[in-house]
Amino acid sequence: MTRRVLEQIGLVLLGIVIFFWTMAPLYNMLIMSITPVNAIFAGKFWPDNPTLGNYATVFRQENHYLTYFWRQLFNSAFIAAASLIVVLAVASLASFAVGRLKLRFAPFVNNLALATYLIPAAFLAIPFYQVLAFYGLLDSQWGLVFAVVTFTTPYAIWVLRNYADSIPFMLDEAAMVDGASRWQIFCLVYLPLIRPAMIAIGTFALLHAWNEYLYAFLILSHETRVTLTVTLGLFRSDDSAPWPLLMAVGVLYSIPPAALYFSVRKYMVTGLTSGGVKD
Amino acid sequence: MLRRPSFPHAMTQAIPASSATPALPRPPLIASDTAWGLFFLFPYIIVFVLFVAYPIGYAIWLATDLKAYARIFDDPIYWRTAWNTLIFLLVGVNLKMILALFLSGFFALPNLWIRILGAFFLLPWAVPHIPSIMSIRWMLNSEWGMVNTLIFDLFHIDGPNWLTNPAYGLSSIIAVHIWKYLPFWTMILVAGRMAIPRDLYDAAAVDGATAIQRFRHVTWPQLKALFLTSTMLTTIWSLGDFNSVYLLTGGGPADRTNTLATMGIRYAFRQADFEAGIVTMVSAVPILVPLVILLTRRLSKAGGRQQ
Repeated sequence: MTRRVLEQIGLVLLGIVIFFWTMAPLYNMLIMSITPVNAIFAGKFWPDNPTLGNYATVFRQENHYLTYFWRQLFNSAFIAAASLIVVLAVASLASFAVGRLKLRFAPFVNNLALATYLIPAAFLAIPFYQVLAFYGLLDSQWGLVFAVVTFTTPYAIWVLRNYADSIPFMLDEAAMVDGASRWQIFCLVYLPLIRPAMIAIGTFALLHAWNEYLYAFLILSHETRVTLTVTLGLFRSDDSAPWPLLMAVGVLYSIPPAALYFSVRKYMVTGLTSGGVKD
Repeated sequence: MLRRPSFPHAMTQAIPASSATPALPRPPLIASDTAWGLFFLFPYIIVFVLFVAYPIGYAIWLATDLKAYARIFDDPIYWRTAWNTLIFLLVGVNLKMILALFLSGFFALPNLWIRILGAFFLLPWAVPHIPSIMSIRWMLNSEWGMVNTLIFDLFHIDGPNWLTNPAYGLSSIIAVHIWKYLPFWTMILVAGRMAIPRDLYDAAAVDGATAIQRFRHVTWPQLKALFLTSTMLTTIWSLGDFNSVYLLTGGGPADRTNTLATMGIRYAFRQADFEAGIVTMVSAVPILVPLVILLTRRLSKAGGRQQ
């Protein structure tokens, strides 16, 4: 009896430690975002004069760091949406080929995709940058979209193919007997059935594009074309910059991915574990 | 929108040979499947050739420049960076995976409050790197950050210079990396634990096994393959963890907390020495390539199913 009680107390203590460890940086972000810009050098656990003025400043773009806030927010959204569409299209087509058709080179394509998926993106950044310069895609948002597509598609193919393994081939064969072409099977049988996995990798692609920093700041440079992550990065080298404004932008920028994550959590867990892993 | 592909040959062959001649192997089907396969794979092949094969080929070509190796090997900062990377991998990856293994036991418990906590626990993974790591950077500021304020309130001493002392800087980087990625790996191992058949635990309970025996004889043997795969995967990706280093310390003070990922970018874009940048990345190949080959085999064999 006492052992069970002690066990429960231990669990609760562990839970408290985990909670504080996880939430402290997010809490700090939140309270800094409501601290007046001049009162920041305090290290307080709750600001003396909390204010929502920083958010108003951000919305009205009233700071020289944030002249293009709305424009850059739109850029982030556009790049995320474009990446999502391209990744879903390319990966669903490719996964159908390697998973559903009888191809001699399917294992080869699979291994190529797997190996690509394993290479850390940061390690390819330098030649990728130079190749984009060669294609004339530097400082172009499509350059960044292709960067996200390059590093997300292999994983997406892998997840979709594994998910599709659970769909019986009899469905394809029945459709073929009815005279359906491969293209019709893809559109009418395959796509509807892999929908849960498409939601999982779609979310993954959106989060990846929205959160991307390294490639965004390497590829994009003009202030009307960069994403908000690049602008947030500018504060990095400037301790006298208006950090409460940075944190207000940070809170705003974190809300969409966090909301998306909470709303499709069920699919994410299924997708990620059926397809293996990607952090 | 959905245009029909223009493969007349493939279209006429689309009727499955198996329905006409079930006993025979299906050469016509295979021939048309190849054409269709190339059609379906075409967009991915384009992406692969333009954005993977070409950059890698280009990097390999640049990496044959032996003078670039001489330049980086003459640079004491490079050796400091290589050493940092090794510490980061050995300490960061192992600490993270051991914690993930331990916490996966906690989060696999059925209590409602633990499952709610689990949803919050994953937030660091979903929230963008930039604002959260910048927030931690501010928390660790030695004069006005929350951490040292807390240390002062509790113990009435000045806390350490978390970001301006190289040893503390590297430790802080490891802590940020763990904060960011521990939740994800914990979730993967929770899924692995959930897949272990219940009756194994029932049998262990009948035999009167203690918690430690249960872990040693039931959980670990079932979880080992997944744990090893995950550890190898996260070793590779930690090698490429640019953000935790760059956003927290920027490699400083005096370039003493860089890892290979940030140092390569620094050579290439700060010092405009692309060859040095590339060979810095290439110097990780002895760790990277064996892991990639091993993992490609492991993962394609497992077919992606949870082991």
